[in-house]
Amino acid sequence: MISLTIDNQPVEVEAGATVLEAARKLRIDIPTLCHDSRLKPHGACRLCIVEIAGMPKPVTSCTTPATEKMVVTTQSAHLNRLRKTTVELLLSDHPNDCMICIGSGDCKLQELAYRFNLRGSRFRGKMRAHDRIDENPFVQRDQNKCVLCGLCVRVCEEIQGVGAIGYANRGFESKITPPFEKELSCEFCGQCIAVCPTGALSGKLWVGYPRQQGLEKTETTCSYCGCGCNLTLHTYGKSIAKVTSRQDNHNRGWLCVKGRFGYEFVTSNERLTTPLIRRQKGGSLEPASWEEALDLVASRLLDIKSKHGPDAVGGLASARCTNEEGYLFQKMFRAGIGTNNVDHCARY
Amino acid sequence: MAGLAAKFGSGAMTNSVAEISDNKALLVIGSNTTENHPIIGLRMKEAVRNGAQLIVADPRRIPLVKFATLWLRHMPGTDSVLLNALMHVIIREGWEDRTFIEKRTEGFDAFAEGLKQFTPEFAENITGVPADDIVSAARIYATAENAGIYYAMGITQHSFGTNNVHAVGNLAMVTGNLGKHGAGVNPLRGQNNVQGCCDVGCLPTDLPGYQKVADAKVREKFGKAWGRTLSSEPGLTASEMTEKMLAGTLKGLYIFGENPALSDPNMNHSIKAFENLDLLVVQDIFLTETAELADVVLPSASFAEKEGTFTNSERRVQRVRIALDPPGQAQSDLAIIKQVYRRIDPEGVSENATAESVFNELTALWPAMAGMSYERLETEGLQWPCPTDDHPGTPYLHRESFAREGGKALFTVVPHVLSKELPDEQYPFVLTTGRQLFHYHTGTMTRRSTGLDKISPAPYIELNPEDAASLGIEDTGLLTVTSRRGSIRLKARVSGIVPPRVVFIPFHYKEAAANRLTIDAMDPISKIMEAKVCAVRLEK
Amino acid sequence: MSRKITVNVCMGTGGIAAGGSTVMEAFRQEFAEVGVDNARVVEKCRLHKVGCRGFCARDVLVDIAIDDQSWTYQYVDEKMVKRLVAEHILDNKPVEQWLVGDDYHTFHDNQEKIILGVLGHIDPESIDEYIGIGGYKAAEKVLATMTPQDTIEEIKRSGLRGRGGAGFPTGLKWSFCAANQADRRYIICNADEGDPGAFMDRSVIEGNPHAVIEGMIIGAYAIGADTGYIYIRAEYPLAVQRLKIALAAAKERGFLGKGICGSSFDLDLKIKLGAGAFVCGEETALIASIEGERGMPRAKPPFPANKGLWGKPTIINNVETLANIPPIINRGAEWFTSIGSEKSKGTKVIALTGKIRNTGLIEIPMGMPLKKIIYDIGGGIEGDRLFKAVQTGGPSGGCIPQQHIDLPVDYEGLKSVGSMMGSGGMVVLDETDCMVNIAKFFLTFTQEESCGKCVPCRIGTKRLLEILTRITEGEGKPSDLDLLQELAEDVRDASLCGLGMSAPNPVLSTLKYFRHEYEAHIFQKKCPAKVCSKLLTFYIRPDHCVGCGACKKACAVKAISGELKQVHQVDQALCIKCGSCFDACKFNAVIKE
Ligand SMILES: Cc1cc2nc3c(=O)[nH]c(=O)nc-3n(C[C@H](O)[C@H](O)[C@H](O)COP(=O)(O)O)c2cc1C
Ligand code: SF4
Ligand code: SF4
Repeated sequence: MISLTIDNQPVEVEAGATVLEAARKLRIDIPTLCHDSRLKPHGACRLCIVEIAGMPKPVTSCTTPATEKMVVTTQSAHLNRLRKTTVELLLSDHPNDCMICIGSGDCKLQELAYRFNLRGSRFRGKMRAHDRIDENPFVQRDQNKCVLCGLCVRVCEEIQGVGAIGYANRGFESKITPPFEKELSCEFCGQCIAVCPTGALSGKLWVGYPRQQGLEKTETTCSYCGCGCNLTLHTYGKSIAKVTSRQDNHNRGWLCVKGRFGYEFVTSNERLTTPLIRRQKGGSLEPASWEEALDLVASRLLDIKSKHGPDAVGGLASARCTNEEGYLFQKMFRAGIGTNNVDHCARY
Repeated sequence: MAGLAAKFGSGAMTNSVAEISDNKALLVIGSNTTENHPIIGLRMKEAVRNGAQLIVADPRRIPLVKFATLWLRHMPGTDSVLLNALMHVIIREGWEDRTFIEKRTEGFDAFAEGLKQFTPEFAENITGVPADDIVSAARIYATAENAGIYYAMGITQHSFGTNNVHAVGNLAMVTGNLGKHGAGVNPLRGQNNVQGCCDVGCLPTDLPGYQKVADAKVREKFGKAWGRTLSSEPGLTASEMTEKMLAGTLKGLYIFGENPALSDPNMNHSIKAFENLDLLVVQDIFLTETAELADVVLPSASFAEKEGTFTNSERRVQRVRIALDPPGQAQSDLAIIKQVYRRIDPEGVSENATAESVFNELTALWPAMAGMSYERLETEGLQWPCPTDDHPGTPYLHRESFAREGGKALFTVVPHVLSKELPDEQYPFVLTTGRQLFHYHTGTMTRRSTGLDKISPAPYIELNPEDAASLGIEDTGLLTVTSRRGSIRLKARVSGIVPPRVVFIPFHYKEAAANRLTIDAMDPISKIMEAKVCAVRLEK
Repeated sequence: MSRKITVNVCMGTGGIAAGGSTVMEAFRQEFAEVGVDNARVVEKCRLHKVGCRGFCARDVLVDIAIDDQSWTYQYVDEKMVKRLVAEHILDNKPVEQWLVGDDYHTFHDNQEKIILGVLGHIDPESIDEYIGIGGYKAAEKVLATMTPQDTIEEIKRSGLRGRGGAGFPTGLKWSFCAANQADRRYIICNADEGDPGAFMDRSVIEGNPHAVIEGMIIGAYAIGADTGYIYIRAEYPLAVQRLKIALAAAKERGFLGKGICGSSFDLDLKIKLGAGAFVCGEETALIASIEGERGMPRAKPPFPANKGLWGKPTIINNVETLANIPPIINRGAEWFTSIGSEKSKGTKVIALTGKIRNTGLIEIPMGMPLKKIIYDIGGGIEGDRLFKAVQTGGPSGGCIPQQHIDLPVDYEGLKSVGSMMGSGGMVVLDETDCMVNIAKFFLTFTQEESCGKCVPCRIGTKRLLEILTRITEGEGKPSDLDLLQELAEDVRDASLCGLGMSAPNPVLSTLKYFRHEYEAHIFQKKCPAKVCSKLLTFYIRPDHCVGCGACKKACAVKAISGELKQVHQVDQALCIKCGSCFDACKFNAVIKE
């Protein structure tokens, strides 16, 4: 363990922890833009700078390892001025169209501007004007809103291991792009969208839904594969507006393309909305009431049982239904009908 | 599943997903993890970043190969030979974990004897993997401080799948990679709740919690709890049901949330079976290919419209919550089953039963889940066994002893068996089937999600450039694929992902359903179909 | 009687460009033709490919040495060879009119040449010549008689500081690196040299590559590295080629590879070619680049000495730093500390450019006053114009005004006036230079070279440049002075790497010493040095105009009117202030103000 002092408070952290981690342990709030605890520190946004006794200049707390007896100051007029200038510089090259921006309300830059009370920027000047190349079905990219925090590049490389995007150009003209500035062609896990702090990356499927107001959030579990990722469904009225995932879960907020974007089936107009009955063999399926359908199912099952014995009936459950449903289903066959003929289709 | 249960007393993933990052070595066999279990795949990549050595054994150049230290490209259907050869080398070189073998296993001597013939050279002949690579793989796996094995359908979906699973289990046992952090034998579950479905007793031989129907005491316990006498007659497995339907002895079938008309091997056969029924009830959210054959179709709720729990691959029970109302008159599966059940037996389930009350009924009957409640599951899932209210759940199994009688794991001799249908002059190619990233299962959900379908809209068959050249077929050209059971026509995707003489078709597409071709030979124990190997012919 | 004749032809890149190889070829042919080798005089005659000697303006430089005496000729081309051979070599009569003048000697005599002394006197492609002047003795000595700790101590005692810019004590850096527990360590030679106009490192590698290699061997031994990289820009093909030759030769002779000089020490050195981004010279960006990533700096700490290449402790030293190591080992730390000033020991190679008579590469003892460099070595300001300032340290150094002309040139001295040593660039500015424009010029470079990673540098330098640009264009506002000052300070204090931290130096130092020039631009809308064209008015003096029409022809926007032989006029409304008329007029009739 390493003990150090931050803003006059003592704190102990594991060897290898950064100053930022130590500060967070003390619940000291240091602003960040390019930091994500799940990724390697980057040190690019310069907002998490702190003063450390014995160091000639402010250093980024996200990259600086905590050392024994270190004395750290996180708030000072100088630091505040530097942070403020940094945000102001970002705003000087940002469309600042929060009113109509898909990221509004879920944007770290907006939060910072508010916190530093920046109504305007002292630095008017050239703004980037990147072309929008946007044909893929999932990821909406608005380069002019990019703060070059590099989170998307890092998540794609470090976590997803794909490396579908990288930096192009230098300095002011730097941008994040797939190779040769082509359209994205990747696994579409959307991890980049999940980490982007601004409206630069967003989901195409989100368009047309409210951003915040009127959305309801429900925590649930993905229904695709056996990973069982945590999902937050953001619903609006009768449909799903978007899917996100909490960081503090076993899947750490990462999802795959199906979990993150494969939800439209829920509101497909091909969904079954009423019971159907084939009233005679060879005929077609016709709508029916629940009463009629349920009565029919139960009576026919009992009928077969009484004529041919319980083992003439079988049930196939689904590996996609809940434990409760599966339990009740097999109980119905075993205790209700009296057969062990229950299985599911995806056993292995 | 059955294989593992016989060896260890439990058939689930022995370890947790989070532990993967701490593996020092990983053997991934028969699992295209990054496409089929993408988030587990992330942990594997993380392990590699942390310095772990990754061995991928797969006939196809799956995406994970890019991260592998060593890639063993064995021919489809030769997994157990490959695994046996690894163990042969381990024992020959003295890399086995003697202490573990002595203290925690039984049946080693016979097993070791059975490995004699599986020299790397012998295995090279059968699997196509160079003997040297087999030796390197054995070294990497056996000498790592802790090593995990991960497998999926590539191991199980064979007529000798249980054998394969035994081989996998043996390998972990020989090296003592069980009952500790960052190791284990880990079957990755294909669908979200395969684990839960088995846990709660949707198995012909098992009541909830793998309590055996065959055991009179068990029947008595459940009979008492449910107030009914239970049948001792073992139930039919899904594939046996198909046979009995064709034979006319199984007359009524209630299917819920599945689409076997498209997903079952030799689907022509299954469709015939369904048509032979007196009553087919299908409960689903879409009018699937199976529902189209039904007498009664019951509209149910999607995952976003219902409440309950799912259990993931690592035995983690997690909540599912209602976010939307079901469309039209659709109802949750639980509500539907409840109503049918009450019509069959009004005492079977209370009218006021909720997901939570059913859950509590379940946990009361299975000690491994006894410590769970909706309240505890509110924020995060719990991994069974979780026997008491204050138990934190179990990240890895078999820490002290195995769940078998006597507490020891059982070595099994795994003989050399061949796939039921091997290529011959008439059908010279090996067809293997599987999934791809952008779709899921029979496509019922993903193909109705526009973005996914836009990226991967059409069925295809992967074949090696060499074979493409000799057939005179170009990339995206149309091919007819024929097996002894059927024939489909689809586009060729020429790529080095598959080796020569092997072709691959994803099974998501009903317009060219791979399962018209696959064989319904099945594993005698687990009754799983051989979806991974059959012989086909290709024509332009 | 046999004479020992040596002809040295300057074959550095400057030399070759000026026709060094043609001159060499001409000497060869001439010797063959006149039969020097078998006739009455010559016993042996060698042709050298020697490195740059720092008097680049006079290429091709040729030394003719007969026995112990040597003469240097300047501006030699192949047509002059015949006469040189005939008169000097055959007749023993040096061709006085082509010899270098006194300034060449003042230029050289005031210098102290530890590094440059060898350049031009040995064939850089011959390891034997390097060994002939005592090369690899230091490495042998270290490996045979010193422990790594001894070696580090010796370098520490010498007081050697990094010549790559920051001036960090080299021995101390080595000791930090050696103190880490690690299974591997690396040594890197930084030969990226991205400063515009800088060519000291290139010259050293082209002229004496083995010295750098020897320095690396000693450094690697001291810190316990078994692998090293020389990161050199691909735009230096000659240097790369000579390095390759030198590495191969050193390996062949057992100075590299396994069991060096019979010891148990192994070292493998590899060349890494840089793509030429300025920022790749920054040590962490350089490491990223070697690792195959985009050349973007990483935050420090952790410093490379603790966590560098592939996460292992790594020493990065500049070419010149490393070239200083063998002499220190050979001649001892005390000798080294006897040169230079109190806190800056030894010498510094400097690229002297700008409005000065003798431009070129020089090497001075640390602490030499600026004045001496400019007037004695540099020969004073070109055209005897007034000195205004000297900008030191490369594009992100500061501008030092007349009032500090006696300043000793060493790390502390330069820093104390808001500039820096940097890699040793020195640009002399005179009264015709506009300081706002100079600041803009340097910032244009740094702004373009910003890697774009961190916000203050990426956007801040852009905004600084925009403010400077508008000031030079007459759009400056009074508030811009404070804005410039504040932003420059913030960019300096908040940027991630040395590029951003130092990029504001030209702005801050000119604001400090030449504030009046800024004010003139902003308040009077005038450029005192008459450089900023947007602030100038061009008009024609009737009394000087002969009506030749040259200006009219030169004007692209037809702003000048006037009949032939009549006085011409500039229409100020049309004039775009390009200055073409000013350049075109031969009668000094066009005035700019
Ligand atoms: C933008 C930038 C460019 C640099 N370029 C060079 C360079 O071209 N050559 C060099 O030796 N050092 C350069 N440096 C300094 C290096 O980062 C590093 O300090 C130096 O190589 C250390 O070697 P030394 O201790 O021998 O000086 C540069 C620094 C910065 C910030
Ligand atoms: S797109 Fe978003 S995540 Fe990526 S660099 Fe820009 S702001 Fe950061
Ligand atoms: S200061 Fe400039 S060059 Fe250095 S990291 Fe920041 S943007 Fe890149």
